[in-house]
Amino acid sequence: MTGKLVQENLKHRPMRSLLSILLIGVPVTLILSLVGLTKGMLEDSQQRQRGVGADIIIRGSTASSVINFAGASIPQNVVNLVEKLPHVKLATGVINHSIDPPLVVTGVDISEFTRMSGGFEYLKGGPIQHPGEILIDESFAKQRDAGIGSTIKLLNHDWRVAGIIGGGKLARIVLPLKVLQELDESTGKVSQIYVKVDDASAIGVVVKEIRELLPNYTVNTMEEWISAFKVSNIPGIREFTVVVIAIGVVIGFSVVCLSMYMAVLQRTREIGILKSLGASKGFILGIILAEAELLGVGGTILGIVFSFGAYWLIRTLVPASIPMIIVPGWWPIAGVITLIGTGLGALYPGLTAAAHDPIEALAYE
Amino acid sequence: MSSTIIQVRDLRKVFRVGQVDVPALRGVDLNVTSGEFLSIVGPSGSGKSTLFHIIGGLTPPTSGEVHVNGRNLAAMTDAARTELRKRSVGFVFQKFNLLPNLTARDNIAVARYLAGVDRKPDPQFEDILRLLGIQNRLDHKPNALSGGEQQRVAIARAIVKNPAILLADEPTGNLDTENSKSVLEILRDLNQRLGQTILMITHNPEAATYGHNTVHMRDGRIVERT
Repeated sequence: MTGKLVQENLKHRPMRSLLSILLIGVPVTLILSLVGLTKGMLEDSQQRQRGVGADIIIRGSTASSVINFAGASIPQNVVNLVEKLPHVKLATGVINHSIDPPLVVTGVDISEFTRMSGGFEYLKGGPIQHPGEILIDESFAKQRDAGIGSTIKLLNHDWRVAGIIGGGKLARIVLPLKVLQELDESTGKVSQIYVKVDDASAIGVVVKEIRELLPNYTVNTMEEWISAFKVSNIPGIREFTVVVIAIGVVIGFSVVCLSMYMAVLQRTREIGILKSLGASKGFILGIILAEAELLGVGGTILGIVFSFGAYWLIRTLVPASIPMIIVPGWWPIAGVITLIGTGLGALYPGLTAAAHDPIEALAYE
Repeated sequence: MSSTIIQVRDLRKVFRVGQVDVPALRGVDLNVTSGEFLSIVGPSGSGKSTLFHIIGGLTPPTSGEVHVNGRNLAAMTDAARTELRKRSVGFVFQKFNLLPNLTARDNIAVARYLAGVDRKPDPQFEDILRLLGIQNRLDHKPNALSGGEQQRVAIARAIVKNPAILLADEPTGNLDTENSKSVLEILRDLNQRLGQTILMITHNPEAATYGHNTVHMRDGRIVERT
């Protein structure tokens, strides 16, 4: 019967119920979108690093975060030093140039990279043949609406798209190493060095040797490096997520508090009727809380649906800049957060309703 | 011999309005026997409704004793008065006071649910619906029912939990003559067939004649019992 009362109360004022659900759904969308953006970017980066096919990465001494757009600080001759170490099959340096964070142009020695990773997968076009040509991945091509032969402006230069490559291998935008070094005024320097060894069991030994050889650089196995792509390693993102969640709770609380307070005012007489029938304070409070939680569940479902909308919009407009994903694991978390907010929001109106004097409530017009 | 179901002794009720104490009941004594149909009449402000509210457990007395079905209301907590309303008292109001979102059937079901008797089949229930003439109107919401039908649903809701006392506050106040007569006859039928104890407040002298006895109130006191 409680369910029937709750259901009929919500149906009785459909616009209020729908608006409440909509307003609760917005912060749920925000939370899920933020989580989807963060996890999407991290997973995309992990996948592209894994696609390099290296066993070890050497980074500059200042590299502290997984999101590091620092310029080239490693002399390129270090690559040759590393290559001479036992068990090192191949080493190649790359240079990064941030254009529009998190988008990065990567300078690569294409032939060395091909030996290390098996090469780029060309979805359209082919390798760079002439100066002034560039490779872009399918996401960036979609974002810029570019095809083979298109001209795109980057780093104050016009580039002709020679090939569109599949994602998941190192970079979205690729230039020859020397070209980017010159543009970056970093000739003879690289941002990081990827190392491939001839025997997987020798990775630990090689890492140790490189650390001894290059004590001022950060040396990690690729597994260590890839596992470092976590929210906790991105400065500020955890705090930002907490702030968004707090905003979600406050909005859910406020919307439900206002909505249920209005509902209690409008239903004062009905509360008096229920009290005259012997409804306890707990029963009245329970109905108000159940209504609020049902709005919260509706808001959560709508928020999840809207997060698919945000996903579609982002994937359509900026697939390269923001590789958002859907994170179903966060649906129950967002639901619990919402239900906490709505429950708290309904508490004051619910207690007010429960405390109504039955005679005054029955006389309410 | 019938037992006393309501016993009121020196009942007083004072309302605080702003800084002023307003006495609504000034020492009421009343006995109602089980199965009695008692009409309470009096002008506005005579204390009829306050007496009704106290006996129904809607508000506590300021002083005096009120025993309803063997329990002293003056010593009851708010929760105990809620329990009394849940099981022992049924209300019928002038303005019907049906829940507008629910059908007639659900309005009745709420009372059974709150009284905790919704799981037990009630063989009398169909008879009551027939007696009230609303068995074909149960799936309608109050706004689709006439005033007379709404009041009959309200009566069904009040008696469906088999209360010891039925309190009716101006049950015909919002009805035309024909429906008034019909509702009053229903109350008399309930009293005669089921032995339902009924206290009915009314302004209407003709309606008051449906009761076995009539209590006249004025200025917070019972001035006559006929």
